[in-house]
Amino acid sequence: MTAGVARAGAGPAAGPGEVLRLESVRKTFGGQVVLRDVGLAVPEHSVTALIGASGSGKSTLMRCVNLLERIDDGAIFLDGEEITDPRADEDAVRRRIGVVFQSYNLFPHMTVLDNITLAPRRVHRAGRAEAEARALELLERLGLAAKAKEYPDRLSGGQQQRVAIVRALAAGPRLLLLDEITAALDPVLVGEVLSVVRDLKEQGMTMVISTHEMGFAREVADQVCFLDDGVVLEQGPPEQVFGDPQEERTRRFLSRVVASGRLQG
Amino acid sequence: MSGDARTAEPVDVAKDAAGDADDGYRPSERRLAHEAYRRGRARRSALIATASTLVTAVALYLLVVNSPGWEVTRRTFFNLDYARQALPEVLRGLRLNLELMLGCGVLILVFGLLLAVLRTLRGPVFLPVRLLATAYVDFFLGLPMIICLLVMITGVPALRLSGVTTDPLLLGGAALVLTYSAYVSEVFRSGIESVHPSQRAAARSLGLTNAQAMRYVVLPQAVRRVVPPLLNNLVSLQKDTGLVSIGGAIDAVYAAKIIAAHSFNFTPYLVAGLVFIVLTIPLTRFADWLTGRMNRRQFQGGAV
Repeated sequence: MTAGVARAGAGPAAGPGEVLRLESVRKTFGGQVVLRDVGLAVPEHSVTALIGASGSGKSTLMRCVNLLERIDDGAIFLDGEEITDPRADEDAVRRRIGVVFQSYNLFPHMTVLDNITLAPRRVHRAGRAEAEARALELLERLGLAAKAKEYPDRLSGGQQQRVAIVRALAAGPRLLLLDEITAALDPVLVGEVLSVVRDLKEQGMTMVISTHEMGFAREVADQVCFLDDGVVLEQGPPEQVFGDPQEERTRRFLSRVVASGRLQG
Repeated sequence: MSGDARTAEPVDVAKDAAGDADDGYRPSERRLAHEAYRRGRARRSALIATASTLVTAVALYLLVVNSPGWEVTRRTFFNLDYARQALPEVLRGLRLNLELMLGCGVLILVFGLLLAVLRTLRGPVFLPVRLLATAYVDFFLGLPMIICLLVMITGVPALRLSGVTTDPLLLGGAALVLTYSAYVSEVFRSGIESVHPSQRAAARSLGLTNAQAMRYVVLPQAVRRVVPPLLNNLVSLQKDTGLVSIGGAIDAVYAAKIIAAHSFNFTPYLVAGLVFIVLTIPLTRFADWLTGRMNRRQFQGGAV
């Protein structure tokens, strides 16, 4: 079972260069509707920012894309293949999607280097030397080469989160999901993590980012999606969503954000 | 009591701080006064603790010595001649206990871990395996050790199976392994469940299969966490090796019993008991030390 599942009968064909597509996704938790009817298209080499209040379903959406949660209805396509088809190979899908979590979730019993080389060695069957060389190269680029032999609990939050990004990258993902990766960091450390994301965008990585850092979303995103009450209420280029929001609820959300100092008005 | 704890600790911290800083800092009058006061409190606590311990010890001693049967008890349980006679025999028997403990200990760890992992398997194919493992653990957790031993030592030879040992030592050891594997598998299982689900989620999101996530991420953390409780099980196993003597193997307890049986003096039992205690104390302290060390080390940096 490799990634070739369910190409037939997968519904409408994906647009050219489209990495991720969500169609009418619905997800409930015990009677509570978290995602009501979410549609989304993520072109290749683009950055999509998900914004919205806490509890608006941003994290749930991420977990659904990575198949950590099973959706109730609708469909999710990765490179045109329906990954929510029950016949799809979940492990094969996850291999192509990298995830970085708010709480880092590094493995505390492994060194930084072992954290990063785990997937390349065990999933992608790379040799130790090859995997470590690649990991060190990535760490070097993020200025973390000196920390390769350290255990995660010896690192600052910002360093841990950057290692988590390297760990996700080392598996060579087609798509990177960043789930509020700066929410647990103090303001001084936020910058170093965001600059890594900026570099990734430069290199053409396709990313979906959920964030409360509106200024950053505005700067780095190609499209911004405002999630509200389980639907994508407003979607468009950042200048439009932030500069000229069409929906009343978007305006209200953004004015609250401006009031809290997370975005220059 | 809480007052003691408050006075005891900051004193050390303050001493350290004064010791390692090398920036020309002079402790203020206020600090010196506070420290002097805390030292006074600490001295007072130590005095009270000593006095109360002495009073308790003396009271216990008087109670025992003045009991009506003390003279007889002293002669039957605390006879130095018999103690001297019993000690070498008991120590010779102890070798068997230690061998049993080590041999069984290794098997128990392997079976216990296997049972724990079998019970975490998901998927319809594994239902019978899961059910069997669960039934096994339920059965042997409830079955008293002594009954398990009797059934193994007397029951198995009665079957007269060819090729199956009738050696009471091996059968007794097998009974220990059967029972303790159930205990130890519960310890491992609690360790597996104590690893936060986000760790498994992180592993799965990297593309690791369920089995790989278990092997590389969950189990290494789980096993580390259960080392202290496992050591407690080892202490308990060490004592229970003495039960194997009901099958006639001459271990420390049985050696004591032989002497006691022809002298009608129970001192050898006491000697055997003391030998076991002397053996377990270091193990228990080691378990305590390890637990304390792991608690201090655990996640200082705040990784989930």
